Amino acid sequence: MAGYEPKTARARIATTAARGVVAERLSQQPRMDVIRNTIFGSVLLLAVAIALAGLALLIGDALIDGWSRLNLDLITNGPSAFPEKAGLRAALIGTLWIIGLVILIIVPVGVGAAIFLEEYASRESRLARIVELNVQNLAAVPSIIYGLLGLAFIARSPLNLGFVVLAASITLALLVLPIVILVSREALRAVPPSIREGSLALGATQWQTIRKQVLPAAIPGIATGVILAVSRAIGETAPLIPLGAATFVTFDPSGPFSGFTALPLQIFDWVKQPQDEFRTLAAAGVIVMLLVLIAMNSFAIWLRNRYEQRW
Amino acid sequence: MKPPMTQDEQPQSRASDSADSDSAARRHPSISVRPEFQRTAPDAPTREKVFELQDISVFYTGVPAVQEVSMDVHKNEVTALIGPSGCGKSTLIRCLNRMNDLIPGAEVKGRLLYHREDLYGPKVDPVQVRKLIGMVFQKPNPFPKSIYDNVAFGPKILGMDGDMDEIVEHALRRAALWDEAKDRLDSNAFGMSGGQQQRLCIARCIAVGPDVILMDEPCSALDPISTGRIEDLMMELKQEFSIVIVTHNMQQAARVSDRTAFLMVELDADEQGRWGRIVEYDQTEKIFTNPSDPRTEDYVSGKVG
Repeated sequence: MAGYEPKTARARIATTAARGVVAERLSQQPRMDVIRNTIFGSVLLLAVAIALAGLALLIGDALIDGWSRLNLDLITNGPSAFPEKAGLRAALIGTLWIIGLVILIIVPVGVGAAIFLEEYASRESRLARIVELNVQNLAAVPSIIYGLLGLAFIARSPLNLGFVVLAASITLALLVLPIVILVSREALRAVPPSIREGSLALGATQWQTIRKQVLPAAIPGIATGVILAVSRAIGETAPLIPLGAATFVTFDPSGPFSGFTALPLQIFDWVKQPQDEFRTLAAAGVIVMLLVLIAMNSFAIWLRNRYEQRW
Repeated sequence: MKPPMTQDEQPQSRASDSADSDSAARRHPSISVRPEFQRTAPDAPTREKVFELQDISVFYTGVPAVQEVSMDVHKNEVTALIGPSGCGKSTLIRCLNRMNDLIPGAEVKGRLLYHREDLYGPKVDPVQVRKLIGMVFQKPNPFPKSIYDNVAFGPKILGMDGDMDEIVEHALRRAALWDEAKDRLDSNAFGMSGGQQQRLCIARCIAVGPDVILMDEPCSALDPISTGRIEDLMMELKQEFSIVIVTHNMQQAARVSDRTAFLMVELDADEQGRWGRIVEYDQTEKIFTNPSDPRTEDYVSGKVG
């Protein structure tokens, strides 16, 4: 307001009016806008709260139920018909075997498929488009379907592996392959074309360019995708049931061709038992599984933030 | 206080935007036009031909981008391609090391001889072509690796003999980057300035021992000082290599090149299709002082473009 002060009455009226209009425009937010903003903000907050509350409730409940059995014995004890002696050892070893083999399958196959689709297949190629569409569809297929596929083609003929670790690994690998392929393709696509051009212009072949430049730059993204896929595979129960894993095992799985059980199935088995003590055991098992999954997902996020290349 | 001008530069004072370049030269002495720049004298015997383009046309999925270009590129000279946006300068330069092969649907017609060999002959492997004919791009594109590994990448994949440290040092020295880079060879190339990154890309290109260096608007993303350094570098490098440069900047072509080709956009009758066509190709001095085509005259004097 300093500066210009009108001298005549006419000028004073005009300036005052003009200032009034400006002040009004600046100050008044329409009432409906205020209400809408508040409602919208609250609804979003509620959505977040519900999601978090569900998770917190689950963890809290499992912790309360399972706290008394949450000790080293839980991991070191083998299966037993007596709840006070039963433990997760066989299931943990089974899960480790399954997951180890899953990684061995999904890394070469998933990354290979992603490299083919992203670097070699031309955008117009019919084959590439069909493959791409199907990869996306496969990612949405319910997991029990993979279990039935595993039963029909892997456990029984033609592969006829029987109800063993390897059959479970192949089935779970098929289940999570679409995730690995989609994430790896994203990671490859994030490497700018100028890097490929720079390498090719030096006389590098396409394969040298991919192996020495594109793939190393994409590895953090690919690793993130593999970890997320693996943590999905760890939690899967449904596809393992048709593969004969729900049985009570009295031995530790010892190799790809050994019978097996896995963490989620062991928990499922305990929940089914009539004794209450087994339910406590199941709750403790849930906590162990959640810890494993949270650790793996955190590692994936850390890996992505730490090594992701900013272009 | 104008910097000393060579005779070659006289025509520039006619150009409408020469005031800019002059004041830039005063502010940054490093980009002033320097008399010691050795330009091929008009009456000098013609040098050996590196490239012979005969009626080269380029099509992208059947649509012409450049039509019927014929010109020769000579050894140990800087050849500049100038012209307005969309006239196909970049398309044309990418024919010379077969980078267009990487674009699906791209097709090159006509004859392109490299040391009298047909570059698009049936037995020619584009990968081998690119070993001999290096390229520096518009935007510096160092690899996300250390400075050392950026330079060593080419020699390593080509399986070159010799001490890698020496190869890297030599290439960095040739690219006038050694003094700035020698103490930080292991640090990531992304930490360098844009101008340093571009000189690193030149070093990377030199390290594989090419015969020709193609530069596709190498200075368009750089400030005037960095531009000046790269122009100085080009004068050095042409002793050893033949250089083809695409540039938007007419002054740059006038400063560094021995020969200049001027391309223009041409429209077809119903103005649907547009492609580039060469208007004039001659010694740079002639293009900028006494062009034979009035369209060249209009462009270099700043009337159009």
